Amino acid sequence: MAENKITLEMVKHVARLAHLQLSDVEQERLRADMDQMLGYVDKLNELDTSKVPPTAQVGEAGTPMRPDEVSNPSAQEAMLANAPAAERGYFKVPKIIE
Amino acid sequence: MSSGLNRLTIAEASARLHRREFSALELTRACLARIEAVEPQLNAFITVSEKEANEQAVEADRRIAAGDAPALCGIPLGIKDIYNTCGVRTTCASRILENFISPYDATAIAKLRADGAVFVGKANMDEFAMGSSTENSAFGPTKNPYDLERVSGGSSGGSAAAVAAHQCLGALGTDTGGSIREPASFCGVVGIKPTYSRVSRFGVIAYASSLDQVGPFTKSVRDAAIMLRTLAGIDRLDSTCSARPVPDYEKALRGEVKGLRVGVPKEYFIDGMAPEVESAVRAALKQYQALGASVHEISLPHASYAIAAYYLIATAEASANLARYDGIRYGLRVDAEDHNSLYDLTRALGFGTEVKRRIMLGTFALSAGYYDAYYLKAQKVRTLIRRDFENAFETCDVIATPVAPTTAFKIGEKMDDPLTMYLSDIFTISVNLAGLPGMSIPCGYDSNGLPIGMQLIGPPFSEEMILRAGDAYERSGAFTRREPAI
Amino acid sequence: MATINREKYEAVIGLEIHTHLLTKSKMFCGCSTEFGGVPNDHTCPICTAMPGALPVLNQHVIEIAVRAGLAAHCEVAPYSIFDRKSYFYPDLPKGYQISQYGTPVCKGGYIDLPPDKNGAPHRVRLVRIHLEEDAGKNIHEGGHSLVDLNRSGVPLLEIVSEPDIRSGAEAAAYVQEMRAILRYIDASDGRMEEGSLRCDCNVSVRPRGHKEFGVKTEIKNLNSFRFVEKAIEYEIDRQIDILESGGKITQETHLWDPVREVTRAMRSKEYANDYRYFPEPDLPPLIVPPDLVEAIRGEMPELPADRRARYIREFGLTPYEADVLTAEREVSDYFEATLSGLKNRKTAANWVMTEVLRIVRESGKSLAEAVPAPTEVGALLIMIEDLKISLNAAKTAFATMVKSGKSAEGTVAELGLAQVSDEGAIAEAIDRILAAETEKVNEYRAGRDKLFGFFVGQAMKAMGGKANPKVINDLLRKKLSG
Repeated sequence: MAENKITLEMVKHVARLAHLQLSDVEQERLRADMDQMLGYVDKLNELDTSKVPPTAQVGEAGTPMRPDEVSNPSAQEAMLANAPAAERGYFKVPKIIE
Repeated sequence: MSSGLNRLTIAEASARLHRREFSALELTRACLARIEAVEPQLNAFITVSEKEANEQAVEADRRIAAGDAPALCGIPLGIKDIYNTCGVRTTCASRILENFISPYDATAIAKLRADGAVFVGKANMDEFAMGSSTENSAFGPTKNPYDLERVSGGSSGGSAAAVAAHQCLGALGTDTGGSIREPASFCGVVGIKPTYSRVSRFGVIAYASSLDQVGPFTKSVRDAAIMLRTLAGIDRLDSTCSARPVPDYEKALRGEVKGLRVGVPKEYFIDGMAPEVESAVRAALKQYQALGASVHEISLPHASYAIAAYYLIATAEASANLARYDGIRYGLRVDAEDHNSLYDLTRALGFGTEVKRRIMLGTFALSAGYYDAYYLKAQKVRTLIRRDFENAFETCDVIATPVAPTTAFKIGEKMDDPLTMYLSDIFTISVNLAGLPGMSIPCGYDSNGLPIGMQLIGPPFSEEMILRAGDAYERSGAFTRREPAI
Repeated sequence: MATINREKYEAVIGLEIHTHLLTKSKMFCGCSTEFGGVPNDHTCPICTAMPGALPVLNQHVIEIAVRAGLAAHCEVAPYSIFDRKSYFYPDLPKGYQISQYGTPVCKGGYIDLPPDKNGAPHRVRLVRIHLEEDAGKNIHEGGHSLVDLNRSGVPLLEIVSEPDIRSGAEAAAYVQEMRAILRYIDASDGRMEEGSLRCDCNVSVRPRGHKEFGVKTEIKNLNSFRFVEKAIEYEIDRQIDILESGGKITQETHLWDPVREVTRAMRSKEYANDYRYFPEPDLPPLIVPPDLVEAIRGEMPELPADRRARYIREFGLTPYEADVLTAEREVSDYFEATLSGLKNRKTAANWVMTEVLRIVRESGKSLAEAVPAPTEVGALLIMIEDLKISLNAAKTAFATMVKSGKSAEGTVAELGLAQVSDEGAIAEAIDRILAAETEKVNEYRAGRDKLFGFFVGQAMKAMGGKANPKVINDLLRKKLSG
């Protein structure tokens, strides 16, 4: 059997980057799933792409630009309407740690 | 009088509304009654907006009475719950947005609203459009109207099922790797994914921004043309939206395909394809020949790499697109001592298994040390896939393929094997990678009575041509349409 | 810290300057860029990252970036892309910042600093200038925090220098010059104390003569020239101290503590991030056409270095005077506006440097609010030049004008400060004095030269202090010798 591409440590590291708390069962399950997927995508290495430019987008180049005008009305109320917690017009969050 | 109105096509209903044979309110009520009757079995909708729909219908009747109303005025539509609809709950089928009331309309919604369309509800889908069966919805799967033990396809399964089951006359879906075409095929309706940039994505909750595209589900190709005519066109709120003028797609439906060169990619007739699917598509190709088109084999040499490239690119983009669901400004929040724990817990509870799986894969593909080997490699293969199509369109006008290797599978059948599930998009995914228009039209049934779909793919901005080709086939009456069991 | 052996080591310093841009609306949405005031008032679905919202670029942001690139002799990229920089923080609504990573809008370039005390020129090369959006603001309150997104999406320019700087003083001079340039081209208001311009410094030391760089540390978020200088000097000493005692420098990020005047390392978690940059799929590549660059080039204002050179060359100012007058664009513009009709530019230079800037300093107000219009100061200076008023009288008039806001001419008239140059009137007064003081006239004529001053004083007194002293002198000499 092929060597694992993904270790449990890597799963934990990626979960930290993505801010997902995972149970031990989930971690092992994701390790196996990611291992399978990365094994599958290895087939891309059959292709020599050394001279191939990447495609990031398929639309037209040249981003459109808008004039520098203030077009939005005051919106405090509307933007806070869905907030899980708000105080004095701010979004309220628990203590922010460095 | 109103019984059966919900079974009409948009074109028929629109003509009769304008002749005042019935009112938009009657039509809307017929759809709402149908929703009430079949929803307990089907589960095509997350939210039914009966009150709003009735109000819109009353307003539509006023406009029709005043004359000069557009074709979609008074037409009841289902909206995939991925579109922001101002004032109506927009969940994306996720617990993380379970109670989110959007403060704004997506551009596609605003355009339909301006035409006077009626929105009967928000259709079920795979959470954040990640899936091929609508089983990944936090609100339960949508069943297939032809067989309630089977999936409706995904991710826009609710929209496809709702149209097939006559809960609405048309519906909006989105397609990132096949999410319109595959459920359209599974539910026996028409679904078109336009060229990338043809329709604004503003207000459509992003899964993979360079692949996502808006499109309609309808009962006929003509209806698809009518809906696309309204949806397409420049939007100053979406920087990736094309400024090209929008043709009148309905006028392109001349009913003939003489001289049309239909290419059939040899790589698409693979092992593992259901024989009945292959024979139905082959029969449709014969029908094209009978209609005066030519059919020949073409090659898309990199076709087998599409799924691998797609799952790296789409998940990478998704990992960033879904970072905003952090429990700070809207949506679910799990309270915690500090902000980091709040993120970890909120996202752990708010996202379902498949969404987490894709966020993890995408985060990994972009992370330090792996970017070149995975994300960048996939982008380069994307270039090769795009070139395959460019080369193919040197010798053909339209490419015809099956939409999916099989008809609708059983609920739960593929849930434990993500890779097998991903393979159900094998014929649709490369179209998104290349940014091309693709349409699914019904072309028969298998021995279980399940619909089979044929996919027509064209060069960028060739929607008129593929609609014309699809319409000509549909009109030729190559097979007998069967109504779903439900 | 023990005595530091600065001779043995050389510091290598590179700076990253971040500045808010002077636009009316945000970088990707139509919200106002004003912040402070009602929290979350200047927000919309785009800058609060509602599901489905998409960015659209503000054209003015690109115009400013091109101006900055041209001012700093950069190559303006005809094609560049925006990238997503991912990290989680409550003030970052999308969970990523739209920035530029692989392809900045401007590459290379340099700026020349004013020559130092020894007259040596100093060129600092640039690596790149790129665009990005700002985050919102977190306010920490006891057990919880509050988030205001008014600043979220405000456009920022980041200017990255090569490590061409060797001391804290040079770094401060660089920031000062870059700030002046940004203000001259209307890119930034340059208000460091308000955080609209701030800088991060990368500092390392190496034994003199060595080519390889030492391990660097980064000092983040310095918001005054003084802090830049002090923090860097502190950090150089700290690093030399470690090396001299046989230790090793750790690559880490420091914060400057302005109260204790030390830098302290941030905990590793704060910066040990993997930003997972990738091309922003919601924005097509940015194309800056050559004709746009040329149009902007044609409208570029004169830059501080050019003004300095012109003041020295054309006005005969000293390098020091030219520096002081060009450091702030509004001072320089003010100075130039006083010059109309004036022959001696040096008088104006002195007046602006001493009188005008003193009032600005003392009042704590902006130049425009603190002092009379430059044309009025110019009018006053012309009166001095034409001997219509004395220097002292001009100062009196100026002090009054600062308070009253009235014109120079009106003030001089109102206060009766105009000098009498009418020879007839002065001659009459002199004749009267000489007639009354015959004894002293005789003494003077007998050789007591010192008495000349007495006669001048008497004449000035008779004229109420307003006579032109030169006319008095000339007439007295004539009459006394007669």
